Amino acid sequence: MDFSGSEPAGPQEADLLPASVSAAVKIVVVGGFGVGKTTLVGSVSEIRPLTTEETMTQAGVGVDDPAGVELKTATTVAMDFGRITISDQLVLYVFGTPGQERFWFLWNGLFEGALGAVVLVDTRRLEGSFDVLGRLEDRGVPFVVATNTFPDSPDHPVEEIRAALDLPPEVPIVACDARTRESSRDVLMALMRYLYALAAQPVG
Amino acid sequence: MTADQRADDDDPDRFYVVGSGRSPQDSPTGFDLVTLVVARTEPRPAMPPEQVVILRLCGSPLSVAELSAYLRLPAGLVSVLLADLLDDHLIEVRAPVPVAALPDLSLLEAVINGLQRL
Repeated sequence: MDFSGSEPAGPQEADLLPASVSAAVKIVVVGGFGVGKTTLVGSVSEIRPLTTEETMTQAGVGVDDPAGVELKTATTVAMDFGRITISDQLVLYVFGTPGQERFWFLWNGLFEGALGAVVLVDTRRLEGSFDVLGRLEDRGVPFVVATNTFPDSPDHPVEEIRAALDLPPEVPIVACDARTRESSRDVLMALMRYLYALAAQPVG
Repeated sequence: MTADQRADDDDPDRFYVVGSGRSPQDSPTGFDLVTLVVARTEPRPAMPPEQVVILRLCGSPLSVAELSAYLRLPAGLVSVLLADLLDDHLIEVRAPVPVAALPDLSLLEAVINGLQRL
């Protein structure tokens, strides 16, 4: 953008956070293209969903080069996110991020400090979720699986999906319609209740 | 590239103009996507334009992610700009709630209650 030109649009008056908000937390929604991440984020968000971008530089390229060389090979990836004001002090951000392996470079900053993740899956294409589930398990990120209901989705019993995804029995699987606020909210609630149960467990 | 050369919107070179030649990878700034930023001062005419814009946007608390969206700049670069503003005491930052392996029960309760009101 050109800073000397027109001012960028800022938040609408109605979208301003109260000055008393002192901290934020985040949840990540992971899923393949077309699975409904953006829809879900938009459904629960109190603001029009926004897009942040991050650049990826080729690993190991240009380390000793003069500044500027390595960014010429940078790729930019966009992530949609929304916001929910939880209280006068606390605000929750919900980020949607692509699940494919080539975007995992985004995950370091994104998952650091995140409460947990929602893996949004399309029951017509479950195989697209294997890598992402394994990666979350490796990273120790607690997650729930939400199946987004499409008009022509086959009606799979939960246990069939659990078996197909090779999920441990404790991981919640919830069906949702990402287009509706209540249903998307319930997915986030399922994650929160799962986290609560995990955190309340006696250690050892 | 020279300072007066206009870069296209999609040209990564522009990031170097704004960020004074530093890349986010050179200088980890400690900013998270959900670090909240609040201006401590009104923008002054002598400030660089990007600082003026950030201070205007941060009259109310705003996350790094939101700043990145409104400025249409990568979050990493926004963090570099914010680090300068923080060094000059022009902004105040409110760090995200620290989350260990598992979050605090009272924090989770607060989020559950907040979601229930949606």
